[in-house]
Amino acid sequence: MSNTENRLRVELCGLELDNPIIPASGTFGYGYEFAELYDINVLGSFSFKGTTYEPRFGNPTPRIAECPGGMLNSIGLQNPGVHAVIDHELPKLKQVFNKKVIANVGGFSVEEYAKTAELLDGCEQVGIIEVNISCPNVHNGGMSFGTDPRAAAEVTAAVKKVTKKPVFMKLSPNVSDIVSIAGSCADAGADGISLINTLLGMRIDLRSKKPVLANKMGGFSGSAVFPVAVRMVYQVYEAVKLPIIGMGGVSSAADVIEMMLAGASAVQIGAANLVEPFICPSIINELPDVMDKYRIKNLKDIIGGAHNG
Amino acid sequence: MLKQNVYEIDRNYRIAKDICVMVLKGADHGFTRPGQFANVKLNGLYLRRPISVCDYNQDQFTLMYKTVGIGTEQMSRMKAGETVDVLTGLGNGYDVDKSGDKPLLIAGGSGVPPMYKLAKTLVEQGKNVCCALGFNSAEDVYLLEELKALGAAVFVSTVDGSSDIKGFVTDAIAAAPQDRSFFYTCGPLPMYRAVRQILQTEGQYSFEERMGCGFGACMGCSMMTRSGAKRICKDGPVFDSSEIIWEELK
Repeated sequence: MSNTENRLRVELCGLELDNPIIPASGTFGYGYEFAELYDINVLGSFSFKGTTYEPRFGNPTPRIAECPGGMLNSIGLQNPGVHAVIDHELPKLKQVFNKKVIANVGGFSVEEYAKTAELLDGCEQVGIIEVNISCPNVHNGGMSFGTDPRAAAEVTAAVKKVTKKPVFMKLSPNVSDIVSIAGSCADAGADGISLINTLLGMRIDLRSKKPVLANKMGGFSGSAVFPVAVRMVYQVYEAVKLPIIGMGGVSSAADVIEMMLAGASAVQIGAANLVEPFICPSIINELPDVMDKYRIKNLKDIIGGAHNG
Repeated sequence: MLKQNVYEIDRNYRIAKDICVMVLKGADHGFTRPGQFANVKLNGLYLRRPISVCDYNQDQFTLMYKTVGIGTEQMSRMKAGETVDVLTGLGNGYDVDKSGDKPLLIAGGSGVPPMYKLAKTLVEQGKNVCCALGFNSAEDVYLLEELKALGAAVFVSTVDGSSDIKGFVTDAIAAAPQDRSFFYTCGPLPMYRAVRQILQTEGQYSFEERMGCGFGACMGCSMMTRSGAKRICKDGPVFDSSEIIWEELK
């Protein structure tokens, strides 16, 4: 292995990554569409499309809206269900990807999260289970698991019970105190924290005078949310001694370094994949030069660097 | 097959009240079928804009677009010599092998552009091509002479009757020869609901939706079909009439 590649290496709960670049769930499908565009083995890993127990078609369209510096989406967790993912998507992925994948899991009850995670625990290709707790809890008036420390802890404990794989809880930023949610996930046994998911937003069409999205509200992502994400990663790093996967508006090698200085051990790229399909390999190629510019020898040395002194 | 390149604008000009044409020079654009589209990056806007491709050859391709919002307005102000970042070769396009000998091409308003390359390809294959085009008014009519020059028979309707047949595209279809073997169509959903009532043959419909990526990654433009959920940008935009569940479409 060349010296350059060594400089980019990071680690998440024992999973060695060649670099910290991970396409975020929902922007990379199950990988093989992007494998038509480039060799996806250059990535550190990727987080596959949020998967639920049952297949879901998702929300009505329009599901997408333009915003300054980003976009809204209300896809509604469209996915073929965990059985189809295990039987069809993962074998297809294996043809083009020889690294461990991050399995992103969604659910609408504590039991559903656990059932889905338990099935994915049996998949050798899965390196980490990432639990999306921004979904509404149908047994609690539709309130999102990720906005209630107790519900977040319940999901964490239920998933931990059924898997030996590292469990990363993916937090919603739509809360008044991100640290308390991260803390309760940590106390319930989480192995790591992923943040941030999208910020709840809305656009209204001036011609129709109605919300652009059929679902009215959607998740805001893109470069505009980057400062919010950096702030939250920084706060969680201070408070919780768990590895963090940082995400939210990351669009350049410099953003990756900034996110790692805030406290991220690895970095996910989301919305940027949708407008620049080759952005992940570009960032991986550019990282060594940007590291040289800021006199960074190895990426793993800078994790949480902004907290020193 | 998706390609990403920066292209120099050869020409960019208006051909009807709200319709502009942008010709981009460059090979290796990946377009192989009429009805495919491009996704154009514009300064200051986050999402790319999906745009119809009305023609292509080995050295260039031609975008044709309706100026409806800030993205397309901005595009219309770009000058020859400026460059633009474009994802090309997107979508499945029309299947010309299904046409039979006498295809009917039906389009309304901003759905007309892909019909040019489609008609050109079918005429080159020796097919008897007939087009039925619907517009609001005479000042909105475009591509009429170009389609005639290819050798296609063209029937035009305008809602206000200021040109040709007064009425909707269904009236243009009624005026066209009724011996058609297959149809291809591009236009708004209400037009599809009207034309499907009077068409006797199988055909292909092209769908439009707000898109995130344009290449199958985000699931922003999903549509339920008889063979399950499909992405309009990647599995479409063209679908066989037998695939469409009309009750599901809003």
